[in-house]
Amino acid sequence: MKVSHRIVLHFPPRLVDQPIVYKLVKDYNLVFNILKASVTPGEEGVLVFELSGLERDYEAGMDYLKDLGVRIQPLGQDIRRNDTKCTHCGVCISLCPTGALFLDRGTMLVHFDPEKCTACELCVKPCPPRAMEVHF
Amino acid sequence: MAKTIAEINEKIKKGQAVVVTAEEIIDIVEEKGVEEAAKEVDVVTTGTFGPMCSSGAYINIGHAKPRLKLGGGKVYLNDVLAYAGLAAVDIYIGATALPDDDPRNKAFPGEFRYGGGHVIQDLVAGKDVKLSATAYGTDCYPRKKLETWINIKDLNEAVLLNPRNCYQNYNVAVNLSDKIIYTYMGVLKPNLGNANYCSAGQLSPLLNDPYYRTIGIGTCIFLGGGVGYIFWQGTQHSPTVKRTENGVPSAPAGTLAVMGDLKQMKPEWLVGSSFLGYGATLTVGLGIPIPILDEEICRFTAVKDEEIWTQIVDYSESYPQMIPGSLGEVNYAQLKSGKITVKGKEVPTASLSSYSKAREIANTLKEWIQKGDFLLAEPVAPIPGPESGITFRSLKERPIE
Repeated sequence: MKVSHRIVLHFPPRLVDQPIVYKLVKDYNLVFNILKASVTPGEEGVLVFELSGLERDYEAGMDYLKDLGVRIQPLGQDIRRNDTKCTHCGVCISLCPTGALFLDRGTMLVHFDPEKCTACELCVKPCPPRAMEVHF
Repeated sequence: MAKTIAEINEKIKKGQAVVVTAEEIIDIVEEKGVEEAAKEVDVVTTGTFGPMCSSGAYINIGHAKPRLKLGGGKVYLNDVLAYAGLAAVDIYIGATALPDDDPRNKAFPGEFRYGGGHVIQDLVAGKDVKLSATAYGTDCYPRKKLETWINIKDLNEAVLLNPRNCYQNYNVAVNLSDKIIYTYMGVLKPNLGNANYCSAGQLSPLLNDPYYRTIGIGTCIFLGGGVGYIFWQGTQHSPTVKRTENGVPSAPAGTLAVMGDLKQMKPEWLVGSSFLGYGATLTVGLGIPIPILDEEICRFTAVKDEEIWTQIVDYSESYPQMIPGSLGEVNYAQLKSGKITVKGKEVPTASLSSYSKAREIANTLKEWIQKGDFLLAEPVAPIPGPESGITFRSLKERPIE
């Protein structure tokens, strides 16, 4: 069975210069689509990507990463809405490309579905009360 | 059968007043008819919660020892510039003021993370705010420098005083150009990528009393989570714009100047806000009770989103260049559906004004009145209506030789 997951990898400084993504492709037959990357030699690296392939390959790839000491996080955890700040104006909904931010037309409340969020951050700065927060 | 505000207040005191929101009155009028609804209902409550730049607060900080005269000097609150051109220790902080070292739009689009609106929210939240001031020194006010924490609870007065709030209707903003633009109506994507609006529509105060029959100078209102008052028509008040058959303006029209004791307001109803590439401001919660004095007022309050129309305006060219014209009219039911059609293209809509918060304000005001905690105020003078002939003038520039 094929799977596809959006995940965030945190590399400790000692792994930043290793060809880890290359290994995921070559040894585990996984297809990747990088959404965001921040890798500076000597510092922790962060890579946000969508990874797809056969479920057993995906699991094996994840085990490979864990054994190396890479910390793995599902993506939705990284963009969070601060519910005490959100005023539910809804100005974000037409900026969100994936529909992760949407308005319930009955209650007129804005909802955030972290599963649909690709962490593009288009909502972050245009939010007037700055309720959308980036946590890495 | 006409009622008076005094009679309605008697009912409120006895806990017998029938109070409904501007949403609820729609169904009541539809079910029972205007005549019956006007007899039954005493008060209709409204609400709106949106960014309102012409807002600010004046405070009196008390005299320092030795004395210092802020007037004519410079004062900052949390590094945001406040206005000091008043008496010794009175200052005014405006919602759009910024720290001197804010990069503004030098790194475009500027973020405007902290400004006067945020200072006001912090003050209301009871947080300590840093005051730094320089003065020129006089015989009676010798001190030249002051740096201190201040807190709202220690201030002599802290008063919200907003020269223009509560717009009666507003434009829908779109972008016809091929570049993204950053406006006070939010981020507008190129080639009609989105359309932003800013009104609570059927819940909005002045859309429920389109000719200002009950809303006037002295009207007691919900302001920033506390009680406030209307003290004048707002700046740019323009009651003569075109109206539809039901009397409702179909373009930005009336505005209100409001004030109230900041000490009894709440930070969730006065929210410091940042508009990317535009500036800092304050999002204000405001609600007005409308006494149902007769059938006409009752009919006005039963106005529905689909009966309130407004103009679609291009903010890439026509708005900044002062070129009059509209790309068409839409109503609030269309805007709230999530998409409208502009120049044959389907455009997603989004609001800058929170409808759910507007609803919460109308319900809070309803509860206050039902409990007898809030009485209606008789206006001491009306605000100008269409008969005044007042229109919104633009600046006539006269070159200085």
